[in-house]
Amino acid sequence: MIKSLDPRVTRENIEENNLIAPLTPMDNWETYEVFHQKKRGDQHMHVGIVHAPNPEMALLFGKEQYGRRSITANIWVVKTANVFASEYDDADMFETTPEKQYREAGGYKVMDKINKYKKANKA
Amino acid sequence: MNTTAIKELLYKMADDLLIIGHRNSEWTGLGPILEEDIAFSSMAQDKIGQSQALFQLLHELGEQEPDTVAFTRNAKQFHNAQFVELPNGDYDFSLMRHFLYDVADQLRFEMLANSSYEPLAKVARKIKGELKYHVFHANTWIVKLGSANEESKARMQNALNDAWNYALGLFEEGEYETILKSEGIFAGEADLQHRWLETITPTLTKATLTIPHENAWEPKFGGRIGIHTEHLDPLVDEMSEVFRVDPNAEW
Repeated sequence: MIKSLDPRVTRENIEENNLIAPLTPMDNWETYEVFHQKKRGDQHMHVGIVHAPNPEMALLFGKEQYGRRSITANIWVVKTANVFASEYDDADMFETTPEKQYREAGGYKVMDKINKYKKANKA
Repeated sequence: MNTTAIKELLYKMADDLLIIGHRNSEWTGLGPILEEDIAFSSMAQDKIGQSQALFQLLHELGEQEPDTVAFTRNAKQFHNAQFVELPNGDYDFSLMRHFLYDVADQLRFEMLANSSYEPLAKVARKIKGELKYHVFHANTWIVKLGSANEESKARMQNALNDAWNYALGLFEEGEYETILKSEGIFAGEADLQHRWLETITPTLTKATLTIPHENAWEPKFGGRIGIHTEHLDPLVDEMSEVFRVDPNAEW
């Protein structure tokens, strides 16, 4: 009988002081952002990141990591390097002053008007 | 309909899937990168599931329960091609086998989607999507590695050379070929091999890999009639370990 070929059963004899070279930048693949769409017409939602050497393989891995266990209609992958993003240091530019609340959706007292109308028409 | 002929067909397909599924699962936890480890393991699971569907059809034709058939036979009673029982080797060989086998598997099920044996046609239509994904995965890797750099190309070419004659062994004809064809169950191994060659050639060309010259083709037959390499025994032993300890184990 020959020995099991499964390395989890038959361990390789690796010397103890085996020096493993540290990773260099080219040892790692680039990352791709994965976007998942549940059904046609829905928005694609960002679900995570995969490592891949090209878009095709990013799609394969994206399907496997994020489309395997839930209903999936479609997957997008976008190279992380191609995402142009704002700086966290500039987060203050999203701030708004209190007197401009009328420009936010929450500033409209729509429900008041609706309730008033409903009440008036009920009688 | 000729049940003996159908059983022979089902057995070799189910055993191919069970054995390659088990072999591929040996990469779990050891794959080259996390994402690929998960992908390869997930496909190995698909294959075991596909084999189970076929063992279920066999059960409906009077054979024993799927688990009993899968885990209580000895190596000589398996009908898989020798190709799928070979050790995983390095990842290059495992990928090449995945490509050569999975394309053949996809085409076989494609042919069977119109089989006159409706239960099998139904299974074929059900797993169509899984097979498409497996082949997409295989094609992507083969093309990428075949043309990435000198080392990867050399490794993939060697893997192709090593795998070739065993891969041809997938198309070993059985004694019921004529009946399977005349009853419209399956169009036959020769037809399948022809389609397979037509399908893999453009992908290998794109990967800049070369199919061994036809003069050197020596298909490794025998698997379909229980003649196997020394590698199947330990595999079957390991695969059936839990079942032998506790046939009613559930998890």
